[in-house]
Amino acid sequence: MKTIIVVGNGMVGYKFCEKFVAASVNEEFKVIVFGEEPRPAYDRVHLSEFFENQDAKALEMAPAEWYKENKIDLIVDERVSDIQRTTKTIITAKNRVFNYDYLVLATGSSAFVPPIKGVEKEGVFVYRTIEDLEGMLAYAANLKEKNPNARAAVLGGGLLGLEAGKAVMDMGLEPHIIEFAPKLMPRQLDARSSKVLQLKLESIGLNIHLSKATNQILGDDAITGMEFGEDDVLDVEILVVSAGIRPRDELGKTCGLEMGVRGGIVVDNKMKTSDENIFAIGEVALYNQMIYGLVAPGYDMAGVAVNQIIGNTEELMPAEIDMSTKLKLIGVDVASFGEPFMPVSKGHSVIFENKTQHLYKRINVSLDGKSLLGGILVGDASDYNMLHQVFLNGMAIPEDAAQLILPATEGGAFGSALDLPDEAQICSCENVSKGQICGAIKDGSCEDLAGVIASTKASTSCGGCKPMVTDLVNETLKSLGKTVKNVICEHFEYSRQELYGIIKAKKLTSFNEVLDAAGTGHGCETCKPLVSSIFASLYNDTPNKEDVTQDTNDKFLANIQRNGTYSVVPRIAGGELTPEDLIVLGQIGSKYNLYTKITGGARIDFFGAELNDLPAIWTELIDAGFESGHAYGKSLRTVKSCVGSTWCRYGLDESITFAIELENRYKGLRSPHKIKGGVSGCIRECAEARGKDFGIIAVEGGWNLYVGGNGGATPRHAQLLAEKIDNETVIKYLDRYLIYYIQTAAPLMRTAAWLDKLEGGIEQLKKVVIEDSLHIVEDLEKEMQFLVDAYECEWKQAIANEETKKRFHHFVNSDDRDDNLVFVPLRDQKMPELWKN
Amino acid sequence: MDTLLLKYKTVKEAEVKVWFKAAPVSAFPKDGGACVKYKDLQIAVFNFSRLDKWYACQNLSPEKQEMVLSRGMLGDHKGIPKIACPLHKKTFSLETGENLNADLAPIAVYPIKIEAENVYIGFSE
Repeated sequence: MKTIIVVGNGMVGYKFCEKFVAASVNEEFKVIVFGEEPRPAYDRVHLSEFFENQDAKALEMAPAEWYKENKIDLIVDERVSDIQRTTKTIITAKNRVFNYDYLVLATGSSAFVPPIKGVEKEGVFVYRTIEDLEGMLAYAANLKEKNPNARAAVLGGGLLGLEAGKAVMDMGLEPHIIEFAPKLMPRQLDARSSKVLQLKLESIGLNIHLSKATNQILGDDAITGMEFGEDDVLDVEILVVSAGIRPRDELGKTCGLEMGVRGGIVVDNKMKTSDENIFAIGEVALYNQMIYGLVAPGYDMAGVAVNQIIGNTEELMPAEIDMSTKLKLIGVDVASFGEPFMPVSKGHSVIFENKTQHLYKRINVSLDGKSLLGGILVGDASDYNMLHQVFLNGMAIPEDAAQLILPATEGGAFGSALDLPDEAQICSCENVSKGQICGAIKDGSCEDLAGVIASTKASTSCGGCKPMVTDLVNETLKSLGKTVKNVICEHFEYSRQELYGIIKAKKLTSFNEVLDAAGTGHGCETCKPLVSSIFASLYNDTPNKEDVTQDTNDKFLANIQRNGTYSVVPRIAGGELTPEDLIVLGQIGSKYNLYTKITGGARIDFFGAELNDLPAIWTELIDAGFESGHAYGKSLRTVKSCVGSTWCRYGLDESITFAIELENRYKGLRSPHKIKGGVSGCIRECAEARGKDFGIIAVEGGWNLYVGGNGGATPRHAQLLAEKIDNETVIKYLDRYLIYYIQTAAPLMRTAAWLDKLEGGIEQLKKVVIEDSLHIVEDLEKEMQFLVDAYECEWKQAIANEETKKRFHHFVNSDDRDDNLVFVPLRDQKMPELWKN
Repeated sequence: MDTLLLKYKTVKEAEVKVWFKAAPVSAFPKDGGACVKYKDLQIAVFNFSRLDKWYACQNLSPEKQEMVLSRGMLGDHKGIPKIACPLHKKTFSLETGENLNADLAPIAVYPIKIEAENVYIGFSE
């Protein structure tokens, strides 16, 4: 058995292990991997996500157990300090010695810190590892305590620099980007696209300083500012250096491998260094006189090295490496491919620019106008995948190349993704071709997108190619005559919309009836709540009617929380309540020892109610005039309002009164997903109405009605449906829109996603709701009026009936409570103890 | 905290030493569940009336160790009767206790019998 030692456990070092495992030669080789950081390899490309959740685990490439399962020895927190080539051994910083047959150097790179005077001062960081980020977070938190308006600078306006800029902005610091070159992302963008990107970034709060050379860092011990020229100083209290990378090549240097003039370990197209038994891959390797600072070429290098070592010597590193990139930078699409800056002698450029929308697109076309040589996209890179494929495969382009980048035309300029040649590389990170993706469906080994992703690994790395993979899978399925159908679950071969129609036509009223009439088996946690939701939308059945088919929150008319206790939210329509109401709420919260909080929807939420107490709590709330706020249901939650013309000196209309009217009209309305509304009394939008499923804003002459906002995990602004309409028209359009959504959306599909999928989008919705193109508005309005009239408070129902009340006992044979519950103190209130696992 | 999980061990019908009279049939919802207290154990009992069968299992969700399984939803997966945990919809076979949609440890299941309109759960001690 031969020993392979991998030095470095970054993304590329990990990829070497993964490709090695895939080669299934574990019996012949022993692999030992060294990482100097304290944790296994993580996704450095998405490092900035660490700021959002501070969850290092989420970035892991594979857990430590993965190495164990695959018989790879992973040694973390231990640096390899020396290589003895004559004895084929390595020595670690802990003075341990290991023998190798093959050595793979994947030591990557470190952040380059330019030799500026004072750069060693406290408060200067680099942006490279999770530890760097943790250090930065701690320092920033400390700064903010002393000075809430502290400023941060980032040295470097490249890819990583801009990411770092976003990171310091998220920390609540005032962000400044300092770039030496006269443009941002100098390697990827031309001057005009840089300008467009700059305008966009400035609009979201980044301060950009171009053509700035830093003379020195000011401050005694800690940084207080940066000096660029004599009278040119910027006061900052923290500095993040992101001025490029330097290969971590010191091991290569000390053991005498051939090195590049400016660093990097020289490798050939087999990834071999000047020593037969030593390979170098990733950002430490100098290939073609270049250090490739992207993850895709590093992954390819890892694959070549694995193949060389296990004896499959045919695969070599190609002479030309594609450096195209697409990324979402601070929410802005930026992409560049092929030759972004093309000399005039080689072809022509076609440029589309729209500064008001922060859009810039440039493509470079060969002199004969037949092929695409490269390009730049800023603001909207949705065409990147296709353009990139056209470039890579040398495909023919339309006679009028401008069509490739002009705002979308009917059907698009491209045709079908299936037109690509089979060899077209769709996923560059994992090197998966169109042929492999479509083949996996055609040969029957995969049935759907999830299967293709699992078997080919396409789009499992950066995910940039996912839309294209999805298209290919769907198109291939269609070409095979298979319909891409959204069935509910194994019990119903129908979509939600179809089942809605069946239940309505056959007037079915219980889950068992529906199952017997249209399904098979005995139902499950997916179809039962769905059928219940359809009953509610059709007949306004409350969850009390058939509680065993309700999702857990509906079943108990309260939201189940982390430890199995419940939260209780009474309706506070429009967020308006009297001081007397507040006193009652306070008394109830205090009596039942409930944690109390104002929710994001302007209501009051009680937490920690035990099952046995729910009926008593509701009784007291109902006695005080409250009713259920339906916080548990896939139903209308709240209609938030600002104070409107009632109190506000800017208010144009009575937003509170109208919000209360709308909330009371739609309360209890069951829908495919929860829905929220907002009413703002003027365009200052204090109710955030455009972030809601429906929102109205008072303007001169009436209300503007917006729909389809609140995308959940994918935030979305609502779109304008109608302008300057009166109260009555608002209600009419809302009735129609809401019922149309309820009848046609997929399960758990928010209005934003529904509107996206609606063919024709908002224009089509206007036709249906306003112009009545389908001749259904009368029915839609009637159905809504029926639901409005049939409303009943389900808390009141539940406590009125002894039989219904029975479900609110923890035990069926005892009045005891759940003795497994443990609460711990939290800021003068309580919370459940942390999860045990 | 694993000691809590250790309290629950599957009992086979042949091992039953005690048939505990839990409650009358009418105390349990049709096609739903309720929780029974037996000594220091919490047992979830289900009346799967579509199958005309009764099932019992631990009330403790092995995922987050909360006493909630009796409040979950009944169903079947390819004919296997199952219960879905109300917290995150992990599903378990009511026949074997096996976790059907992840790799959690199986839950303990207990024999159950109906006599004279009363529900009995079988324990081995």
